[in-house]
Amino acid sequence: MKFSEQWLREWVNPPITTAELTAQLTMAGLEVDAIEPVAGEFTSVVVGEVLAVEPHPDADKLRVCRVNVGPAAPLLIVCGASNVAVGAKVPVALLGAQLPGGLQIKKSQLRGVESQGMLCSAKELGMAEQSEGLLLLSPDARVGVDVRSVLGLDDVSITLGLTPNRGDCLSVQGVAREVAAQNHLALTVAPSSAVTATLTSVQRVQLLAPKACPLYCGRIIQGVDPTRVTPLWMQERLRRSGVRSLGPIVDVTNFVMLELGQPLHAFDLHKLSGAIHIRYATANEPLLLLHGERVALGADTLVIADERQALAMAGIMGGSDSAVSAATRAIFLESAFFAPSAIAGKARRYGLHTDSSHRFERGVSPELVRPAMERATQLLLMLAGGEAGPIVEVSEPLYLPPQPTIRLRASRIQRVVGVAMQDPQVSAMLSRLGMSVSRQAGEWQVIPPAYRFDIALEEDLIEELVRVYGYNRLPKSDLKSSLQSAPLPEARTGPRQIRQRLVSLGYHEVITYSFVAPKLQSLLDPGQAPVALANPIAADMSVMRTNLWPGLVQTLLYNLNRQQDRLMLFELGLRYLPQPPDFNQVMMLSGLLSGPAAPTQWAIPPRELDYFDAKGHLENLMQLSGNMSPYRFEAAQHPALHPGKCARILRNNQPVGWLGGLHPQSVKTLDLRQEVVLFEIEFEALAAGYLPSYHEISRFPAIRRDIALIVDRQISAQRLRDCIQQAAPEYLEKVELFDVYTGEGIDSGRKSVALGLTLQDLSRTLTDSEVEDVMQRIVGRLQAELGASLR
Amino acid sequence: MQLDALISEAQQAIRNATDLLVLDQVRVNYLGKKGSLTARLKTLGQLSPEERPRAGDVINRAKELIQAALDLRKQQLEQATLDQKLASETIDITLPGRSLGVGGLHPVTRVMQRIEDLFTQLGFASAEGPEIEDEFHNFEALNIPATHPARAMHDTFYVSDNILLRTHTSPVQIRVMREREPPLRIIAPGRVYRCDSDVTHTPMFHQVEGLMVDTQVSFIDLQAILSQFLQRFFERDDLQIRLRPSYFPFTEPSAEVDIQCVMCSGRGCRVCKQTGWLEVLGCGMVHPNVFKHVGIDSERYTGFAFGMGVERLAMLRYGVNDLRIFYENDIRFLQQFI
Repeated sequence: MKFSEQWLREWVNPPITTAELTAQLTMAGLEVDAIEPVAGEFTSVVVGEVLAVEPHPDADKLRVCRVNVGPAAPLLIVCGASNVAVGAKVPVALLGAQLPGGLQIKKSQLRGVESQGMLCSAKELGMAEQSEGLLLLSPDARVGVDVRSVLGLDDVSITLGLTPNRGDCLSVQGVAREVAAQNHLALTVAPSSAVTATLTSVQRVQLLAPKACPLYCGRIIQGVDPTRVTPLWMQERLRRSGVRSLGPIVDVTNFVMLELGQPLHAFDLHKLSGAIHIRYATANEPLLLLHGERVALGADTLVIADERQALAMAGIMGGSDSAVSAATRAIFLESAFFAPSAIAGKARRYGLHTDSSHRFERGVSPELVRPAMERATQLLLMLAGGEAGPIVEVSEPLYLPPQPTIRLRASRIQRVVGVAMQDPQVSAMLSRLGMSVSRQAGEWQVIPPAYRFDIALEEDLIEELVRVYGYNRLPKSDLKSSLQSAPLPEARTGPRQIRQRLVSLGYHEVITYSFVAPKLQSLLDPGQAPVALANPIAADMSVMRTNLWPGLVQTLLYNLNRQQDRLMLFELGLRYLPQPPDFNQVMMLSGLLSGPAAPTQWAIPPRELDYFDAKGHLENLMQLSGNMSPYRFEAAQHPALHPGKCARILRNNQPVGWLGGLHPQSVKTLDLRQEVVLFEIEFEALAAGYLPSYHEISRFPAIRRDIALIVDRQISAQRLRDCIQQAAPEYLEKVELFDVYTGEGIDSGRKSVALGLTLQDLSRTLTDSEVEDVMQRIVGRLQAELGASLR
Repeated sequence: MQLDALISEAQQAIRNATDLLVLDQVRVNYLGKKGSLTARLKTLGQLSPEERPRAGDVINRAKELIQAALDLRKQQLEQATLDQKLASETIDITLPGRSLGVGGLHPVTRVMQRIEDLFTQLGFASAEGPEIEDEFHNFEALNIPATHPARAMHDTFYVSDNILLRTHTSPVQIRVMREREPPLRIIAPGRVYRCDSDVTHTPMFHQVEGLMVDTQVSFIDLQAILSQFLQRFFERDDLQIRLRPSYFPFTEPSAEVDIQCVMCSGRGCRVCKQTGWLEVLGCGMVHPNVFKHVGIDSERYTGFAFGMGVERLAMLRYGVNDLRIFYENDIRFLQQFI
């Protein structure tokens, strides 16, 4: 809602400054979004009357005007505007005038003719972004008077960002009511009186959907002249409300809507055939809207129709066929009450949003229908001429919004607000808001005014009370509450610990969009159908990620393009899979490693980050759970990963994640020049942990035996370990793998693996021969099962 | 040869010894089994018993003198050797330490953790909910029916007719209230989505939702908790806070909370658009219709809820002036939050 301060002050004029007024509005819940001067800063611009216009001797497009600016001798001013005419009243910037933008008016020669000032356009006075020709002032304007005072330019436009509950403030009258209540004042404008009908002609109206439209007023006005120019005062009011002047008929309907809050519509009477019907559209009924769009209406859309066709989308937008044009000579003026439930959501469904739908959705008081009609008639006769017929009012009072009586309890105020409020304070505050209040013991019965569609419950009244009282005048609470600590499960590893561990390992956390480019997603999770958005904001953000790799890879590319080539990134977030009839939304931890293993330095030999860096980090995270044994890495194939560097991660034999190098094909597709390692693991697989549980530490010496085995290359380290575990007694304390060698001295196709076995018993010292037996058993099993030989 | 001459000769040899080996040879030469002084001792037997003790004393004193000189020299030489060894081991202690690099949390996470920490101290526990939501939880249960004008303020991403990306963290309130009995104290941080992208909007951002439901919770308690939170969050005990009446369909009374601008201390600047105030969160008392939807008796319980934009707080806290930079994940940006 945008309006001029002057206009508001005509309705209610509290003795406070603009700054105080706007602060008061904001603190009353009508947030002021903008305060803008209605014109630029300028001085010494007065009303002048053009006495004569002569051609310029040396320039086709310039004219030399003689302009009367008051008692002094007329001025000779050179002017290029095409609309300059003898008798016109125009703004004249006198010599020495300061215009917006720092322009100072001096005596000057224009193609050899001296100009003693400047005739101004609206743009030159900072009243418009664009304007054509001179600003034409009212013929009544007194010559020589300061234009600022003639046009009331020492004014500001105030823009309110109104919340949806305050539809009642979508008018100057509505804002004035609120200002009056805040300042304990009464409104100073009386409703306009009824216009006496001088015609007898009427248009018949039938309410065929009385629940949606229980009250409709119409009136015929004959003999209007839509080509007349709207007077500047009204143009200015509209302009300061951000509305363009479009001729007197549309201007009056807009003006009354801004002033009182009632949207109106004018039909060209001669384009109507038969009675007006307010009814629901038939399915797919066509309507050509005012702005030229053709729509097929839904059967739940309320229309204004004649006996032949739909003429307008009720309360939303008029139709083109019955619209007022320059040729219009008679109009049918509509002022009606449409139920918010009949209008709400409809405009949006057609991709429309109009000043009218905005108001009707929120609720316009049925009590406005008649006064708005009278006010509009009065202005129309004044601005466009013509004669008015009587008002035809059709109504179904049963369906008008009920006036609820709401019970308000003092005890409830105390509970919700935390402060006791009593009479006479409570009654006084509610009465100031136009509510009728009757008091009983410890409670009140309250009837809100018809324009407050947002007040139906006790809480609604409590909110009004606190609002009027002032949120910031409430006493401070000393915050008493029962002591209650939240549960603290120790075995679970929280996201915070996991994040912190990764940060300690050198990772940067990233947060990437949950919606990604379908192409990149399918490259990084081939074959998995994603959840698609119905209304994506961009094509490359149109599907929900099925894993977190697209965001990580995109971050890699972004940084590589900025010469940042060492990246260790992780993200913790949901991935989304379709799982009819629902969705599978699982928290994943994902990471990406690429580039040098360490920042450039002298002390560590340079190498690239690889699979085993990532695996070491994952194992580190797994340790957080307190038990590594449920986790396993097994060789498997993921279509996005390098077939020879790819592991599926298992926990208790359930797949929970992947680790591997990005597939070389994708490395090429993405135009990458370095290897990329990716991993992902379900957060839950890391979070579910174990409480530490003490076990005895042996007091007897440990014995270590190292063995070097030669095995086929495809025998994995895991198989060697598993085999050793199976052959070993329970006192095998640990197995450490400390070397893997291929090359000279080893047959091609085979490799040497060195392992250190530590044996230690809890209850005794192991003997050499015992240990020898164990080692023989282990080696024997390795030979038999895996074809291993001792090196 | 006179003993004095022998002593000074030995002392000279000791002084001339430049390493421990040479020094030991000197020792052997004088004090060894075949050394000059040892030879002299052997001559004592040729003296008369009367002369013997005196001559013995003289020789022993010479021996002591030489031994002392040897010990001193040995100590000197050992010290020199040690000095040399230490000198050779000296490193340039200004060379950089061995490092695998440091990581850091995303600033949004950092702020969310800070918010959580402050509320956890008050007994609030974290809660979560899905991001692909249904209209019931995101709108209807929050008293925003399909035709409500407030729907237009939520530029919603849809997956299908009834399925959407949550536009705020408030649906978590609904899920918690439907699943658990009051008293409730929860905090729900997470991602939210709006179909809007420009200089001041990203289509995804983060909110932290808070909810408290109990038998004795009032609007002034809400005011007090949020004031305390904001003063602690910004570490300014004198931070001015004001509540402005506002409207959310799921709370009543509702308020926007403004803080005194932390950039200009309320004097007026570009960040606060010269108003001296910054809007940082929305809040209110849980609406009776919401309690009805989740089956909580609003005569027995009252509650408050609040929601704040994490990016906004992060920008104010760390002086970040571009919202979009949070999702570019430029490593040079992230490194500023180590």
